[in-house]
Amino acid sequence: MNEILGGLGEALRLVVTWDAEIVAVTWLSLKVSGTATFLAMALGMPLGTLLAFGRFPGRRLCVALVHTGMGLPPVVVGLAVTLLLWRTGPLGAWGLLYTPTAMVLAQLVIALPIVAGLTRTALESLDPRLRLQAQALGATPWQTLVVLYREARMPLLAALMAGFGGVISEVGAVMMVGGNLKGATRVLTTATVTETRQGHFDRAIALGAILLVLTFLVNWGLTRLQERKGRP
Amino acid sequence: MPARTQWILVALVVFLAAASGRGAAAEISPTPLVLATTTSTYDTGLLDVLLPLFEKLEPQWKVQPIAVGTGQALALGRRGEADVLLVHAPAAELRFMEEGHGLSRLPVMHNDFVLLGPPADPAGIRGLGAPEALGRIARGGFPFVSRGDDSGTHKREKALVKEAGLKDLGTGVVETGAGMAHSLRVADELGAYVLADRGTFLSLRHGLRLIVLAEGDEGLRNPYSVIVVRPKEEAGTPAQRGHRLIGARRFAAFLRRDPIQQRIRRFGLRKYGQVLFHPDAMDGDGRGRTR
Repeated sequence: MNEILGGLGEALRLVVTWDAEIVAVTWLSLKVSGTATFLAMALGMPLGTLLAFGRFPGRRLCVALVHTGMGLPPVVVGLAVTLLLWRTGPLGAWGLLYTPTAMVLAQLVIALPIVAGLTRTALESLDPRLRLQAQALGATPWQTLVVLYREARMPLLAALMAGFGGVISEVGAVMMVGGNLKGATRVLTTATVTETRQGHFDRAIALGAILLVLTFLVNWGLTRLQERKGRP
Repeated sequence: MPARTQWILVALVVFLAAASGRGAAAEISPTPLVLATTTSTYDTGLLDVLLPLFEKLEPQWKVQPIAVGTGQALALGRRGEADVLLVHAPAAELRFMEEGHGLSRLPVMHNDFVLLGPPADPAGIRGLGAPEALGRIARGGFPFVSRGDDSGTHKREKALVKEAGLKDLGTGVVETGAGMAHSLRVADELGAYVLADRGTFLSLRHGLRLIVLAEGDEGLRNPYSVIVVRPKEEAGTPAQRGHRLIGARRFAAFLRRDPIQQRIRRFGLRKYGQVLFHPDAMDGDGRGRTR
């Protein structure tokens, strides 16, 4: 019990004194997961839109695949990306293994189905008359899309946050493709593992607490958005 | 705040995060040099001390230490995924060299393995030789935590079991499949026996109830070598391979330089009151061997 209380006190001190290593680790976590989420949005929103409104053979299969991907185990993604990025692997020439870029890549694979799947759900749950009405008023396809995105902006933002929440708390993939290199590819989750292993419980608790606060903020934001959606 | 402004702000924040992420990836200009090493050199904090010294001396390379078991480190070397290895499993290392995967293999330092257990010592192994102690643990079915990860420590554990004329370590074995520090914690929680390198044990001792029960056998000596890996044809362009090879050679030479050997001897001395790793390459010819 003393260890836990002492750890919490020390954790608070590390955060308050702006411990350089912990700040760097937190910043890298935000950068990697933020970039992965941004890219997942850039690719996942068009994909989700296509799945919601497109009519093409194999659409159902694609939807099923995306939904499966929403629960993709991060360690499997980590393994797959590692195999691709080995020096002797197909993408080995890029020299990306154990870099933040590799971590972004792995997290993109994790976040993409989440963003695409939730985008599809968000757009499909819109009143279909909205689309017809826009078209009847002479809107071009692009204008119609803008109208629909605006109408679904809250669930779309929720999709983004779900993607971000999924990758920032993920440990398996970043551990494998990033290698958990101190000062280079160590993020909040992998640093927590390392510090616990080495018996630095105070630092582990500090890192865990920061991660907890970040995921709380994301989920709090999500809930706020969902509540606002209910009101006019 | 109108909805549109909020949207622009959100987009801006996400874009900035993305832009800075790209910047971070592009910053790495020195050639990355993959050092596959045992968990003990990492978990004790030794590499945290040595790597900055190397990078200050040789700024063209950035060492990426991958802390895995010796078995996995050698496997990475075989695949050409690592440039230099710091490992401790002499028999497996010799095989690695015979197979032609390594260009050089030189001693760096040593410590010893210790057999740890709960202070109550239910198997009564205190002061016994390692094979005899393992025999008692196996026959009595006492809990024993095995690394189970083909690491140098795990290899040694298997060799000692064989030496003791045993088939296995009995019904009480738990395999963690993880590094030394993690396995020590598991053993501590389970009140189990465990074989560990002295360095990792000393560096974690304050959080553990485990005590040293058997030590000092010749069979428990634990030498660490540095191996320069022969670059694989498929791994990168000739220029990349050549540059990495130079880096690997410089790193191997660095570990055996006098000031670094002295630094290894000093490592942890004040904190733990004992030498964690005894240098084996003082004066560059092994005169520093202390055992």
